[in-house]
This record gives sequence, structure tokens and C-alpha cells, in this order.
Amino acid sequence: MITPRNEMPVQDPKLRAHNFNEVALGYTAELALAEANRCLCCKNMPCVAACPVNIDIPGFIKFLKTGDTEGAYKKLTEYSSLPAVCGRVCPQETQCESKCTLGIKFKPVAIGRLERYAADAHNAASSEPVNPTPKNGHKVAVIGSGPSGLTCAGDLVKKGYDVTIFEALHIPGGVLVYGIPEFRLPKSVVRKEVDTLSALGVDIQCNAVIGKTLTIDEIFEAGYEAVFVGSGAGLPSFMNIPGESYRGVYSANEFLTRVNLMKAFDKDADTPINVGRRVAVIGGGNVAMDAARTALRLGAEKVYIVYRRSMDELPARREEVEHAEEEGIEFNLLTAPTEILGYNNKDNPRDPKNGDVIGMRCIKMELGEPDANGRRRPVPIEGSEYIMDLEIVIMAIGTSPNPLIKNTTKGLEVNRKGGIIIDENAMTSRERVYAGGDAVTGAATVISAMGAGKLAAKSIHELLKG
Amino acid sequence: MYKIVKKERLNPTVTFMSVYAPLVAKKAEPGQFIILRVDEKGERIPLTIAGYDREAGTVDIIFQVVGATTEKLNHKSEGESIEDFVGPLGKATETEGIKKVAIVGGGVGSAIAYPVAKKFHDIGAEVTAIVGFRSKDLVILEKEFANASDRFIKMSDDGSWGEKGLVTAPLKDILDSGERFDVVIAIGPIIMMKFVTLTTKPYNQKTVVSMNPIMIDGTGMCGGCRLTLIEPDGTKITKFACVDGPDFDAFLVDFDEAMNRSRQYFDFERRAYEKACNLFNKEIK
Repeated sequence: MITPRNEMPVQDPKLRAHNFNEVALGYTAELALAEANRCLCCKNMPCVAACPVNIDIPGFIKFLKTGDTEGAYKKLTEYSSLPAVCGRVCPQETQCESKCTLGIKFKPVAIGRLERYAADAHNAASSEPVNPTPKNGHKVAVIGSGPSGLTCAGDLVKKGYDVTIFEALHIPGGVLVYGIPEFRLPKSVVRKEVDTLSALGVDIQCNAVIGKTLTIDEIFEAGYEAVFVGSGAGLPSFMNIPGESYRGVYSANEFLTRVNLMKAFDKDADTPINVGRRVAVIGGGNVAMDAARTALRLGAEKVYIVYRRSMDELPARREEVEHAEEEGIEFNLLTAPTEILGYNNKDNPRDPKNGDVIGMRCIKMELGEPDANGRRRPVPIEGSEYIMDLEIVIMAIGTSPNPLIKNTTKGLEVNRKGGIIIDENAMTSRERVYAGGDAVTGAATVISAMGAGKLAAKSIHELLKG
Repeated sequence: MYKIVKKERLNPTVTFMSVYAPLVAKKAEPGQFIILRVDEKGERIPLTIAGYDREAGTVDIIFQVVGATTEKLNHKSEGESIEDFVGPLGKATETEGIKKVAIVGGGVGSAIAYPVAKKFHDIGAEVTAIVGFRSKDLVILEKEFANASDRFIKMSDDGSWGEKGLVTAPLKDILDSGERFDVVIAIGPIIMMKFVTLTTKPYNQKTVVSMNPIMIDGTGMCGGCRLTLIEPDGTKITKFACVDGPDFDAFLVDFDEAMNRSRQYFDFERRAYEKACNLFNKEIK
């Protein structure tokens, strides 16, 4: 007898649209047990192969079936350094859960929610000191403390390596801290994962911009035997349409960094942000959803997602899109901006409002033939132009890799788009330098970055174990 | 935490600080900047490096109190520490092959112009320094500029220091006389850099400006510091001051846009500054 998939309690959309508290509240013990019991623990375990870090999913769920949350947590940490993070932000619906045997006839087991439950139970209860692994005498440097760097550092420190993470910003966590908002991934969860790594012996050096403060060559001179580059995605892309420099046009990176990293939503914080009444976010990925929902929570009256394809092509996680719709975000689909309009008082060139965003000219699109990636190409519909009345426009259309490390590291090859080139073992063109995450792939998911960090840790271990 | 090893008031609103940050000091070059955060709730602000001592491990900054953050920073005493201090960021001023240079500095921008002038002086280039202030009581680094230049032209708005007038006047006179430089480097408020550029352009005198837009991370992530370069054929290119600059070819920079963007948080800044001042006033009472 298969019971229905257990929904996870969430904050009421009307309430949560005005606060930064976490939207999804997590399973209770009863719900977790009921959901764990839905798992058939089938022999072929298709979910494991569909996980980028191949977590033994039936293995950890078996513990939950007996109520042993700590056993489940230990099993998870054999594969993942960040289970509380992945349980929240992984796109399980296209990974493990998409291959669940139960999913053929019924809804799949809610693997992500169970992962989160086990990790949260551990983090809430555990005061057990972690036992650092005895040091093996080898030094490894990790550049960046986002998901790939934390994973790589975690795997290596557990094998006895002396690991130093160099982080450019003033606090560790990378995109988990500056990018993903509090209501989707509480910063206390990230803090806890980082603290665990510190307790295991990872040395985290903040305010260290590699390529500027130190170069990779200097890291080697300081006695490190291998380097992992997990420096993340870089500069935000813009559309190159007129008006993108008006006051009120943000990149999603800037908008989210002001709020998440610099806490611009807190009245005691010194970092400012302009929100305005009417906000449009350009793009359809998770970052676009994050920016739109953040704008709403900062007090915008009306927030639009403007995306040039249709709902079916929207790349954001389904759950995030649903949450955004419930909260009242309006989707202007099959729509492309052509120009951002600014205030211009012709009678008074000194009017302080000159240069403020007042709107955006858009054109309706229809879907034509599929492009090289198989996605149907949007084609403008002639004569369908219209103007949206706006005060803020946020560009969430992707990023291009950061040039700092490439420019200061001889022999480090990058591809046409600026991503670092690696082989199947995560090794770059430069000896003893490995890379992974968005610095290699361009903007992608937390879990794929973790997978890359894991692979690099394995390769570095192969290199140094002697 | 980064310790303030020396603090000095240069004029009523401009302060000099030397901060212990050995990794930054080791690499710093004129034209580069740092980002600092005064305390845990503080914002990240970029400040151009005004000097450095590689042996002592210190980096100098000179700042004018213009808002809440600089007000807070100004309240820190020698021996106290600031929360974060990261750098050196941005590209260093290009000095290679330059034998004759004019450095034009305005107001507190002169603090940034000075290390650039000194660098050129140290490598043996012929340095003309044209420096302007509103009035005599706001003058900073007079002796330093005198020592780092072969020709030192002083200007003030009210004539109380050097000649009365703007920095563009003597620059125009020099160019009119037929004299040319390998490069003119202008450092100061955007409006001043714009007018220096308008002065040199008719003479096709190569000019570089040091842009100082609003930034958050300063490492090529947020995109807040973007500015537009307009190529001679009219093509517009978006550049990021933090990684592509802060120095840019003055003839290409869209100054009006940069001025517009710099006013993004004007209201907020004014309110935050008043709030910070009130807070400090209360403490004093």
C-alpha cells in the first residue's frame, strides 16, 4: 500500500511575501517517518546514479525508517559535506527523484525533504565535537568558499590534508551567502556547515582575492602542493539594450548581494538598496525567481518576471516558480525588453530625477523553430510593442567567468566563454591546479558544483597520497 | 581585523590613515584601490591606495568625510582596528615607457594623484603636477607634491592658494604653447575629470582618468561599478571599473552617465550621514 507523497509545511504565502524567514518549514518527525516508509529500497537504486554525488539514498532512508536521524546524517555525510544545503536547494525533481522507482506509478519519494530533515535534526541536536583526522603532512589550497570549494575542502580535510580556503569576500559561503536568499537557504544553515569544516581543521582566510592579494604561483611558493579553483561565476551579463545604465537598473548579482550579504533589508545595516513600487526581473532562472521574491519582501507593490520564452521553457525549479506565483509575482512570458526608459526633464537638465528608470519597452514573442539546444527560439511579433511602467529593472540573464585568476596564472587555459578548461579528473592545463563549479561551467547548480569539488578532491588525493 | 597604526588630520574634513595589512602592502601599486568595512554592520566602500610601505606592511588611505561610513571611519583612533580591508584591487596605473606626464588632481582626489605622481617621479619621468583646491585651508600634501614633481602648478577657486581658477586653465595654457605629454592623468571628482578631458581632447592629448564608481565586492561579481566606453565609431562597450579599471582612456568614457549613476543613493546617503552624525553627537553629549 503506497501512501501519498507527504507535503512539506510552508509559511502562508500572504505572510511570507513580507518577511525573510524560510518559506519551507521542513518535515516533522511524523511526516519524515511516513515519507521514509514510502521508499521501496529497491535493488537497482536508480536514484543513486541520478545524484551528482551518488549519495546512497536508500541507505540513509533506511535509518530514517527506524527513526535514527543521526545514522541517516552520518550516511549522508559519507557523500556530501553540505546535506542541509542540498536538501534545500538541489533540483531533486530533475535528479534523484526523477528516477525514483515509485515515481513510475506514483509520486516519487521526497528525497530532498528527507535529506533536509536528517541534516536539520543533526544540526539542532548535535553538540558532539567533531574529531579532526590526523594530519598527513600535505598542504592543499582551495580558492573560493562556495559549494565546490567547501566540498573539496571537506573531503580533503577528512583524509588528513592541511587545507586552507582563500575567500575574496569578508565571510565564507560564496553564492550560498551572497546569492541565495535567506528565505530559501537561511544563512545560519550555511554558517553551521562552515563551522563544521572549521572544527575539522580547515583554515578559512577571508579578504583574500586570488589573482590580486595572492597569485596561484605564490600559493605554491608558500608550500601548497595542489590548488583547487572554485572561484565561481563572475561578471553579470547585460542585454545591451538602450537605458541599462539608468539609476534603478541592477544586475541580479548586485541586487541580491546588497540584500543577502550586506543585509540591506535590515534598517541597521549601512548598505543601501532602492526597491521602488514596481519591479521587473528579466530572466527565468532560479536567480530571477530569487531576485523577484526578494524585491517583493523588500516592499515592492508589483513584481514581474519578464521572460522571452513560455512557462514550459522556464529554467527555474518548478517549486520556486510555484512559490513565486503563490506570493503574487506576475509572469510576463513570451516577452522581451527592447529598451529601458529613463526620466528626462527637457526643461530642467538639473532635475535630480533625470536618469531614474520610469519604464521599459517590451515586445511580445512567439516560439519558432528549435535552436541548437533543442529549445524553441523566441521570435518577436511585429507591432506588439508595449511599455511597462516601472521603477526598478533587475537583469538576471547570467554571468561570464571572472577574469582575475585567468589573467594572473600562466598556463591556465580557458575556453571561448572564459570558463577554465579541465579534463575528466578536474585537472586544468596547469600542473597541480584543479578547478570546478561555475568557474568551469558558467552558472549552474549548487549540487553540480559540489560534484565537481568532490571529483577534484579525489584527484588531488590520487596525486598526493604517494 | 586590521589595525590603524597611524592617523592624521590633513584638513578639517580629510583624514590620513595607515593600516596594517601586510598582504595588501606587499602587492599595492599606485592606481589600485582597497575595499574596507569599518564594522560588522558596515558597508563595503572602495578607497584608492594613497601609499604603502612593503617592509612595515602598511597601506595608506586618505579619505574625505562625505557620508555615514567615512564618518564612522573617521571616529576610529590610532591603535583601533577596522573589520575588513581587502586588496589591492583593480589594475595599477600604466607607467611603462612614459617619460613625460601631467598629473591633474582635484580636491581629495589629489590624495590619489600623489602616489601616481610619485611613482612616475621615482621611475625618472618628468612630472608636471597641476593641483586644485577650493581654498588654502583645504590644501593637502603640498610638500609631497612639490617633492614628487618637476613643475608644480597650484590652483584654488578663491585665489588663496596659487593662482585663482580651475586646473583646466594652466593645462590649456601648456597645451596652447605646443607642449605635449606622453599622457595626462586626471584624478578627482567626475565633473573635474570630464572638463580636463574636454580641455585635452581638441589637442588630441592622450588622457587617462581614474574612475571611482559605486562598488560592492570590487572583485568582478556585482556589476555595480559598470560604466560605458563609447568607441570612436559610436559602439558602446560596458566595462567594470573594479576589474577593467579603475583607469580608462578618457576620450572614451561616458562621463554624464557615470555622473548619473554616482547619484544612485544620494537620498539614502544624506539620511545615513545625518543619522551617523547625530549618533556621534549624542555620544559626545
